[in-house]
Amino acid sequence: METITLDQKKIKRKEHKRVTGSEAILQALVIENIKTVFGYPGGAIMPLYDKLMDFDDKLHHILTRHEQGAVHAAQGFARVSGEVGVCFATSGPGAANLLTGIADAFMDSTPLVCFTGQVFSHLLGSDAFQETDVVGVSMPVTKWNFQITRANEIAEAVAKAFYIARSGRPGPVLLDITKDAMVGEVDFHYKKCDKIRSYIPLPVTKDLYIQQAVELIDNAKKPFVLFGQGVTLGLAELELIAFLEKTGIPAASTLLGLSALPNDHELYTGMLGMHGNAAPNIKTNEADLIIGIGMRFDDRVTGKVTEYAPNAKKIHFEIDKAEVNKIIKVDVKVLGNVKHTLAEVTTKVSQNSHKEWRNSFKKIDQSEQKRVIKKELFPEIGKITMGEVMQKLNIVSEGEAVIVTDVGQHQMIASRYYNFKNKRSNITSGGLGTMGFGLPAAMGAKIAAPDRKVVSISGDGGFQMTLQELGTIAHNKIPVKMIILNNSYLGMVRQWQELFFDKRYASTAMTSPDFVKLADSYGIKGECISDRDNLQEAVQRMWDSDQPYLLEIKVKTKGNVFPMIPAGCAVDQVVFGDEN
Amino acid sequence: MNEEFTIIIFSENSIGLLNRITINFTKRKLSIDSLTVSESAIKGVFKFTIVVRCALNTAENLVKQLDKQIDILRTFFLRDSEILHQEMAMYKIETSTFTESNKVEGIIRKYNARILEVTKEFTAIEKTGHKRETQQLFEELRPYGMLQFVRSGRVAITRLKKELLSDYLKKIEK
Ligand SMILES: Cc1ncc(C[n+]2csc(CCOP(=O)(O)OP(=O)(O)O)c2C)c(N)n1
Ligand SMILES: [Mg+2]
Repeated sequence: METITLDQKKIKRKEHKRVTGSEAILQALVIENIKTVFGYPGGAIMPLYDKLMDFDDKLHHILTRHEQGAVHAAQGFARVSGEVGVCFATSGPGAANLLTGIADAFMDSTPLVCFTGQVFSHLLGSDAFQETDVVGVSMPVTKWNFQITRANEIAEAVAKAFYIARSGRPGPVLLDITKDAMVGEVDFHYKKCDKIRSYIPLPVTKDLYIQQAVELIDNAKKPFVLFGQGVTLGLAELELIAFLEKTGIPAASTLLGLSALPNDHELYTGMLGMHGNAAPNIKTNEADLIIGIGMRFDDRVTGKVTEYAPNAKKIHFEIDKAEVNKIIKVDVKVLGNVKHTLAEVTTKVSQNSHKEWRNSFKKIDQSEQKRVIKKELFPEIGKITMGEVMQKLNIVSEGEAVIVTDVGQHQMIASRYYNFKNKRSNITSGGLGTMGFGLPAAMGAKIAAPDRKVVSISGDGGFQMTLQELGTIAHNKIPVKMIILNNSYLGMVRQWQELFFDKRYASTAMTSPDFVKLADSYGIKGECISDRDNLQEAVQRMWDSDQPYLLEIKVKTKGNVFPMIPAGCAVDQVVFGDEN
Repeated sequence: MNEEFTIIIFSENSIGLLNRITINFTKRKLSIDSLTVSESAIKGVFKFTIVVRCALNTAENLVKQLDKQIDILRTFFLRDSEILHQEMAMYKIETSTFTESNKVEGIIRKYNARILEVTKEFTAIEKTGHKRETQQLFEELRPYGMLQFVRSGRVAITRLKKELLSDYLKKIEK
């Protein structure tokens, strides 16, 4: 019989609490309420994957077909759910493959925590196999990053990573973990982080500026609200509506702001920017007050900065003080979370309606309708247009879809014409404009929102950048709906060549595989349509399917997206495409 | 219009932070004229002093981006009138020049420079002051054969009574 002395007992109990670094990471993820991880294994991260097998009841790992797919999936996941997206990759090439997605998330304020494996700490700096200075290369595109070389650093670093990724203006964080930190042992104690003394996620809102904003709003004759993704990130959709309805101020959305306000809201005037709607762009330069809400005056929105909104005073509601006065000098800055600042301003402003000013948008709307929209959505002859597809999708989906787009003409058409009804329904790569984003992001979005119908809309070019994720979709039976708007061109670049490069179509014609056969080879159902008469039914079949479904639509090859503010022009120099 | 600014950054002591800081200069193709790092009057808080020439608007945006970095406590940018600043230079010349003429000794005295070490072969001299002064001394000594020369980055303190950061730290730590 074994006798256990008191001392041995103590040791036993202590041993019990010890876990490996890998286990510490996974336990931390569980505490942070993470349920899904996207990733790809390799040498340096093998200990973590090994331990992951013991967590399969708590953490669902999706093996993508490329690390870029993993990070975009994590982005789609984060954008639709508002939670932090998590991905794993190995050192060297694995980590390098994450960078595009991390840079994209940095631009578009998407909360991510990326874990990369790293060579043993004693090999650091020796050009060991698959050693890349990931902390160094990811520094310009991460909100924070950190290299963990010992198991006992894990708990604190992971807690900090989640806190930083999701607080304030969200963004991507990368933790690079050496193999010895994963295999080393540690007493695991996890404490969630809620404060870092050198980091102020939420700037102080000054009463004076609230007061000044209220005065400007009350005195404006032609005020105009421009809202962006800050409304979505700040969970401030209702506060935005309350503010608009009390003040009667018309509002326009940036590309990333879409779906924060339902399209059919009577105060919604459309999308801003290079391919936005004519009225909001033109009216920007007539307004006497511009109210930017959770947006950053991106160059695609402002056009020529020196001729931007010359008649307007400007108020900027923003959480990130580095965005204030960066591009456009403003008269009043209201720092803070728009959820709170908008609510406060709403209680203080006077009721108004701005009828006449709002009505003045209509004339331009009508002209855009006649000169652009009608031709795009209801063409009678020729090949199917991209707009027509969106029109059918509107009829079939009744605004219930989560639209995930890739980058190019189809992105602009989808953003212009989808009738967004619900919040968090627009997922697109805005700031970075990353081709190949759409398909994997849609996959991640569908996993985060299993009860919503997720439709990815890609071009023939972009789809081919990450189409290997069809493998992930098939393997995991992720029922995303994939529309490919195939114009046989890198359409957006071709459009610029047509307009600005003497129609010299350098390297923009593109041949594609038979996408339906390709889908079929993965066991994914697909259909290809080139005939207008079959379009709506085909979209309906896709919509009704509860399986992964690919719908390729052969569209007009040389269609152009209009209206357009040519690069370098002022926002009111809108071109409708029928000028000459 | 470009002006000279002294950027003062207070930070935590974290590895790689210098990299994060310089990225913000590289991103804008700004050249760093000088850089010094040391622990500040507050224990554990490090202080970067960076001299840069750029437009006011650039400096403002740059400082806001720096301030946003997680491990940076606060960032300030100051014009020359708001600070006291110095640079230290070291010069090495052949000792034989002293024996050949007494001019060199005169120059050293005129500039209030200090002789650090004399060997048979060389004499090491130190001078602290503004860049203009240390440069002038360099020009005057050069004809006598300059074996080595080095100048440090700027160090600066403000004309305010206390460290820029001390009240701020008290505030965030309570
Ligand atoms: C990774 C990447 N490479 C290049 C570009 C430049 N680019 C922007 S749109 C575009 C064409 C996209 O073609 P396609 O996917 O077929 O979409 P379309 O414009 O035809 O709808 C290109 C090449 C980009 N945005 N991203
Ligand atoms: Mg195309």
